[in-house]
Amino acid sequence: MSHSPSLPAKVRARDINVHYGDKHALKHVDLDIHAHEVVALIGPSGCGKSTFLRCINRMNDQVDSARVTGLLTLDGDDIYDRAVDVVQLRARVGMVFQKPNPFPKSIFDNVAYGPRIHGMARDQAELDEIVMTSLERAGLLAEVRDRLDEPGTSLSGGQQQRLCIARAIAVSPELILMDEPCSALDPIATARVEELIDESRENFTIVIVTHSMQQAARVSQRTAFFHLGELVEVGDTEQIFTNPQHPLTQGYITGRFG
Amino acid sequence: MSEHTVKSFDEELSHLSNTIARMGGLAEAQLGAALQALGNRDSDLAVRVVAADAQVDELEQEVQHFTVRLLALRQPVAADLRQIVAALKIASELERIADYAANVAKRALVLNQQAAVKPVGAVINLARLVQSILKDIMDAYVEQDVDKAIGVWNRDEEVDDLYTGLFRELITYMMEDPRTITACTHLMFMAKNIERIGDHATNIAETLHFLVVGTPLKGSRPKGPSVEAP
Amino acid sequence: MTDNSPTAAAAHRPSLDAAAHVRRRYAAERRFKAIGLGAIFLALGFLAILLWTIVSNGLSAFMQTYIRVDVRFDAESIAGEDYQGAIKSALYARFPAVESRGERRELAALLSSGADTALRRMLTADPSLVGTTKPVWLVASDDVDMAIKGHISRQPGASGNRLTDRQLGWLGELEAAGTVEKRFNTILLSSGDSREPELAGLWGAVVGSVFSLVITLIVSFPLGVATAVYLEEFAPKNRWTALIEVNINNLAAVPSVVFGLLGLAIFLNFLGMPRSAPLVGGLVLALICLPTIIIAGRAALKAVPPSIREAALGLGASRLQVVNDHVLPLAMPGIMTGTILGMAHALGETAPLLMIGMVAFIVDIPASPLDPSAVLPVQVYLWADSPERAFVERTSAAIMALLLFLGAMNLAAILLRKKFERRW
Repeated sequence: MSHSPSLPAKVRARDINVHYGDKHALKHVDLDIHAHEVVALIGPSGCGKSTFLRCINRMNDQVDSARVTGLLTLDGDDIYDRAVDVVQLRARVGMVFQKPNPFPKSIFDNVAYGPRIHGMARDQAELDEIVMTSLERAGLLAEVRDRLDEPGTSLSGGQQQRLCIARAIAVSPELILMDEPCSALDPIATARVEELIDESRENFTIVIVTHSMQQAARVSQRTAFFHLGELVEVGDTEQIFTNPQHPLTQGYITGRFG
Repeated sequence: MSEHTVKSFDEELSHLSNTIARMGGLAEAQLGAALQALGNRDSDLAVRVVAADAQVDELEQEVQHFTVRLLALRQPVAADLRQIVAALKIASELERIADYAANVAKRALVLNQQAAVKPVGAVINLARLVQSILKDIMDAYVEQDVDKAIGVWNRDEEVDDLYTGLFRELITYMMEDPRTITACTHLMFMAKNIERIGDHATNIAETLHFLVVGTPLKGSRPKGPSVEAP
Repeated sequence: MTDNSPTAAAAHRPSLDAAAHVRRRYAAERRFKAIGLGAIFLALGFLAILLWTIVSNGLSAFMQTYIRVDVRFDAESIAGEDYQGAIKSALYARFPAVESRGERRELAALLSSGADTALRRMLTADPSLVGTTKPVWLVASDDVDMAIKGHISRQPGASGNRLTDRQLGWLGELEAAGTVEKRFNTILLSSGDSREPELAGLWGAVVGSVFSLVITLIVSFPLGVATAVYLEEFAPKNRWTALIEVNINNLAAVPSVVFGLLGLAIFLNFLGMPRSAPLVGGLVLALICLPTIIIAGRAALKAVPPSIREAALGLGASRLQVVNDHVLPLAMPGIMTGTILGMAHALGETAPLLMIGMVAFIVDIPASPLDPSAVLPVQVYLWADSPERAFVERTSAAIMALLLFLGAMNLAAILLRKKFERRW
């Protein structure tokens, strides 16, 4: 496992195991994620990468049969500790989902919802500021500036996903988790989102699950390969894609899996 | 390693390796024929060798075209990517090797107009060494055998030693009998060409190591004493 | 299927078997459509027959026969509040030939026993009438009303006549003089119940129904929605929850009479609430509505896509915030539909209300949900049970009122639902 000693570890996972009922979905995963880096999680379907992603913001809590063991820390604090407020955690760790899911509210209200419930704005002016900045950062402001009252669902697929990203950014998270954010988008929208990820690196840490190895190669600094619930190999993206150490990794990324 | 899920990719990679192997075979054959033309004073053979160089050039073009196509259409990564980049490099090396072989044949043509000189034997010895090195490295390529490649890489020192000795011998010969200067000068150039073939074979060995292992062959190439040194 | 044609294209030509198969399929489809249409028309036909029967019977109830009589507002009768006396005097004055007590009784019987209230109202409004003689339109008795409307025979001498020949004769005279008129029956819509058909009105039952339904809504809607939300969003998926769900589903199928018995035992006997009151009626109806609202509510909540919930949770919303801000608004149309269904059902419930005593004969209009009252369906039942001929048309009129009430309620609910509906 490679790590850059100069960057502090933002998230540390040690011996993470996840069981869904009897099914052992994630086995003994050790992974560090450093601040301001983009880490890509790749692997075939059902390999546990999305499961791992959802451990980081405790979305697995929603599944009754899920049991998570091991240590997962954010800035050194165990996020599965009893005293941790999940609501606060999720304000620090944002999530963007595979299928764009804007609320059936206006574009403004979509982005404003997070700041509202966390009490981040003292008055309407501050709220406006937050919404505008988030839309700007998501590269959407120019396109929707004059129709903020229209429902979020009236946008195109790519715009909706950028709206969801703006929504996630609006609560100023430290970490953004992306679960195959571009799988429902066309190449142009995908490129926009990837550009967004590049630009966002200076403000956030990003963990992205993707089925597209080319996307992982383009967008990330480190890549982790999961297979059947295990973390097989993690390393610098360049190294993984030019000279992977583990034969399973090699087999997967060159398309040799049966 | 198992096959690609998309079979056509495997077929294309095989085609690429086969083309390289063919190029290697042709280069080997060119070198062998040039040597024969030199040893047997066979000018017809020499002419044919020169003509056949065009085939190797064509194959190099084909490899270049094919690798670009593979890069664009398959977006290869890891071992596949290294294999394709290696093929491009090796094709270039083999093309140079064939060029040198043709040069040797050209000089042999000229040499055959003249009387036979004794150092021809030494040149042919050098050439046989380089021939065996070339054969070994092409075998290593086909078998993807890193150890063989490292062996070839180490033998470059042997070639350099032999070349240095041959250089001295030719100088001595020329000093003893000035009537042989023309012939020996040609032989000098031919020896240089053959020594360069050895270098290119060593390059192929380095590329092969990178292809299989993924890291460059470390360490400076073992060199024999330099001819320029006093 | 054999196809001996040499070309590949010909292999795609369907054989005879395939063509017949397709024809059979289309025929089956046409038959199905025909049956469907037929069923719809049959249903519409029955509905039309039902409505026609009711309306044709009930329409005449909206007109009431009035007889004009010149009444002398003499001071003595007024002082003694003997309005009946004043009316009788007026009648006797109109028909001076009538002398014997029996005949006079018959004459007086032409008017309703409650006609005096009209006089009282007039005098209260305008006390200066005392001492004057004015023509007053007074409510005719129910037999006269039926005779004028042609529901009972006016043939003198026919057997089974409700009106005597003499009465028929007087009636004929009054008609000829133009002093008999049919007017819009405001009594039906503004008075409480009465033994006399011509004085009987729906208003008491309407108010009772409104009170009951308001109570039902106030109790069952929040309770039902909260239960649905809890079961769907918060309850852990274990055996207890499954047990509760099964029981709620079963409750929707329990005969409503049983809820009436429950109301009787608990609300009336145990808690001592006032009998026949819309409060108790409303509570019992709420119990009946509750399973419907819960089931419809759960279905509506289930239909909200989980992606919305996940998005809200991912932003750091608490479970309650997710429900209040996102899930409930989206599920509202479905919940409202369930509520409309439940309330419409409750509007027409009779049996459980009989159990808690809302079958009593209530004359006064209830002033609050605690006063005894009847409800519309019970009123229909009571009138249907009464012997007087005039109640036949009034029963149908009551049914029409009930249907209109139902229609108005549904309309209101549909408008409300449209207001809540969001675009996705």
